[in-house]
Amino acid sequence: MNFFGEAKALVKANIRDYGMYIALVVIMLTFTIMTNGLFMSSRNISNLLDSAGYIAVLAVGMTLVIVIRHIDLSVGFLAGFLGAIAAIFLTQMGVSVWITIPTILILGALIGMVNGVLVAKIGIPAFVATLAGMLIFRGALLQVTEKTGTIIIKDDQFNAIGNGFIPSIMQINGLHLLTLLVGLVGIILFVYNEISTRRNKMTYGFEVMSNGLFSVKLVLISAIIGYITWILAGYNGLSWTVIIMIIVVVIYHFLTTKTVLGRHIYAVGSNPEAAHLSGINVQKITYIVFGSMGMLAALSGILFTSRLQSATTTAGTLFELDAIAAAYVGGVSSAGGVGKVTGAIIGAIVMACLSSGMNLLGVGISYQYMIRGGVLAGAVIFDVMTRKQRA
Amino acid sequence: MSEYILEMNNISKEFPGVKALSNVNFKVKKGEIHCLVGENGAGKSTLMKVLSGVYPYGNYTGDIVFKGKVQQFNEITDSVKAGIGIIYQELALFPDLTVYENIFAGNELKKGPFVDWNKTIVHATGLLEKVKLKVTPETLIKELGVGKQQLVEIAKALSKDVNLLILDEPTAALNEDDSENLLVLIKELQNQGISCIMISHKLKEIINIADKVTVLRDGQTICTLDASAGEVSENVIIKHMVGRDIEDIYPKRLDRNIGETILELSNWTAYDSQLGRNVVNNVQIEVKKGEIIGIAGLMGSGRTELALSIFGNPKNYKLQGNMKMYGNTKVLKHTSEAIKAGIAYVTEDRKGDGLFLLQDIKSNVSAAHLKGVSKRGILNLNEEVKVGTEYKDSLYIKASSLEQIVGKLSGGNQQKVSLGKWLFTGPKILILDEPTRGIDVGAKFEIYTIMNELIKEGMSIIMISSELGEVLGMSDRIYVMAEGSIKGELTMEEATQETIMELATQ
Repeated sequence: MNFFGEAKALVKANIRDYGMYIALVVIMLTFTIMTNGLFMSSRNISNLLDSAGYIAVLAVGMTLVIVIRHIDLSVGFLAGFLGAIAAIFLTQMGVSVWITIPTILILGALIGMVNGVLVAKIGIPAFVATLAGMLIFRGALLQVTEKTGTIIIKDDQFNAIGNGFIPSIMQINGLHLLTLLVGLVGIILFVYNEISTRRNKMTYGFEVMSNGLFSVKLVLISAIIGYITWILAGYNGLSWTVIIMIIVVVIYHFLTTKTVLGRHIYAVGSNPEAAHLSGINVQKITYIVFGSMGMLAALSGILFTSRLQSATTTAGTLFELDAIAAAYVGGVSSAGGVGKVTGAIIGAIVMACLSSGMNLLGVGISYQYMIRGGVLAGAVIFDVMTRKQRA
Repeated sequence: MSEYILEMNNISKEFPGVKALSNVNFKVKKGEIHCLVGENGAGKSTLMKVLSGVYPYGNYTGDIVFKGKVQQFNEITDSVKAGIGIIYQELALFPDLTVYENIFAGNELKKGPFVDWNKTIVHATGLLEKVKLKVTPETLIKELGVGKQQLVEIAKALSKDVNLLILDEPTAALNEDDSENLLVLIKELQNQGISCIMISHKLKEIINIADKVTVLRDGQTICTLDASAGEVSENVIIKHMVGRDIEDIYPKRLDRNIGETILELSNWTAYDSQLGRNVVNNVQIEVKKGEIIGIAGLMGSGRTELALSIFGNPKNYKLQGNMKMYGNTKVLKHTSEAIKAGIAYVTEDRKGDGLFLLQDIKSNVSAAHLKGVSKRGILNLNEEVKVGTEYKDSLYIKASSLEQIVGKLSGGNQQKVSLGKWLFTGPKILILDEPTRGIDVGAKFEIYTIMNELIKEGMSIIMISSELGEVLGMSDRIYVMAEGSIKGELTMEEATQETIMELATQ
């Protein structure tokens, strides 16, 4: 097969995945042109990614919940509530950051597992069980902030999570050196990983991409990583939020694609009865997925509280719906068994790009909601159409 | 007008990369029962989808002449209007609605803008009489067995004044009695002037009922056989279907090497708290190394329930009695423990609870034994491909690649994937529940051959089957079940169709 033929076949086979990336690039280019380049400025991209962080981590967890055919509506106010608890730990009880964060994460995981038990053991539909949770945590958030109102956090270490950047060793022509180094390491790791995977496949005698296309792929993705790094390095460098996002994606991507646990999650989503008959403990998987969702809700609460440097009485409002929207834009299917972690992150970034771009253009908030709704519907329509085509 | 009610001329239909039908010619005379046979993937279902308008006009080439007119169906409702009724293998009824609501679903009898329920019930009663179904129209569908549901489907088709009725494997899920009733009904409809196309894998019933048999193979019409001219016989049909002679449907097994007892059940009872009765009642059986145990019985006799109660009890029955493996008492609390103990269960409903239809072949094969392709919880994806390839080759799974989505494979190949999945767990006892349901003769033969190879390697097989021929052809020993109990044990010398049916209907 010639080079273009192979490329075409590859795009055709992966149209759903590539479509999302293409959509992201188109959205970014459109806004860049309409704002005369302001959209792609270092400062804007940096802000955009930071503002996507707390939804992106929720979207990752939500994707897995939707993959196993459930939903979690409680995560928004759970994030708000746990953020407030973190604030109380830090301000009123004087607990150190290093104890507060793990405690909050564990608390989140435990609360998530309670949801899992309600759904898997007692058999309450996830929609209802987590709707109840949503009301309870909303009340709990109001309760803990009732006396004080907004709790302002003065802990610099904690606030750095949502606002700080990794330290720069030195500036070169106004570029953030450590960020550039991290980007470079990222590219090297990526290229090394791709080459070793390919070599491994070849030792098994499996079909691999042709040399030409493989090099193009390596160069293209390296260039994208490099470009984003370069943009970020032009402002304050990589933020801690972005670092946390990357860590979450790497861990969850590995977990879902390369482990037995991940395979069990997709098996349960794809056919729960068959999964049970295959010796998979469906209840246990449900606990784990809801537990992970709870933990990520806690993380989201920490990111958001830290970004505002305070816990407010309305924190977390509608986070769950933003996360569900991001997951669907990212290609998850409510029929179960289909959906990727990387898709969820891209979905969250697409939604953040829309908000940021429309803010720059001065689009009114009323239109912003409508356009975001339209994009969500469009993404799902595209998803359904491409699935049909393959059928 | 010609003597044909239906003429399909030079029908061709292509899917991306595959030619599903090429120049198929298919003619049905008025008032004829015409059986359409062929291996899975031969194009029978595609042809019927072209006819019923599932694939709209323009999506295929060739002509459909129905009642003397060239028809251009754009959707299913067009073909229904013209007088074609189709009943699919998977029944399309609403379980929580009544019989009369189902019969007239989508075709409601109206008085002005409102549904006329009284008229509906009267008409439904008439139709139920016509199909000889003795239930009240107010019965809920879910309270009926599959056989009766099938009759409701036919009543539904009749409510729309059909001239041509298409039945896609109508007896696949039915027991012998229900099948017999259905065939009688089809003949009766024939007397009323309704023509019928029946897709079936059961050659005996085809011979029993067909006026004509058309054989499809690889998307082409091979021949049309005429029963009145004496052309229809089992051997001839099989020869045309597979394109070669199969001397015997059941491959001979030469050396029977039966060893020690592996599994022993005594006073084994399973109580289903949802149904409020014992689904398995005081069962004693034993399974020896290297033998095939046939478990015969009608549907609902507790065969599947028995298998599930052994296989880690996924339905949470309350179990009593004793189960021994290799002489030691075993209590298996979860399917995973059963798998670990060396039991595998290939389910009767491969699409419902056997396979992950959205996933590809390799991940289905590895699904029940991911330990075999992983280390400390981390998958070795290359190893998985290797394992998948091994089973694809050794089980003759026909697919374009290992990445093919299992939902798109034909029934026989799906069954082989399901079998591969369980063989990969390395079982000592393999429970096969209806191993050849809905698959074609060629694939059946391959599965029987595989079973014999497994026995030779020292595996034991428990085969649950509704097909008496299969039970008689493959087993070393037969248990007959009815109402949750073992009604008798037969050696191969004692076993005949008659002795089995006698015990099963006790």
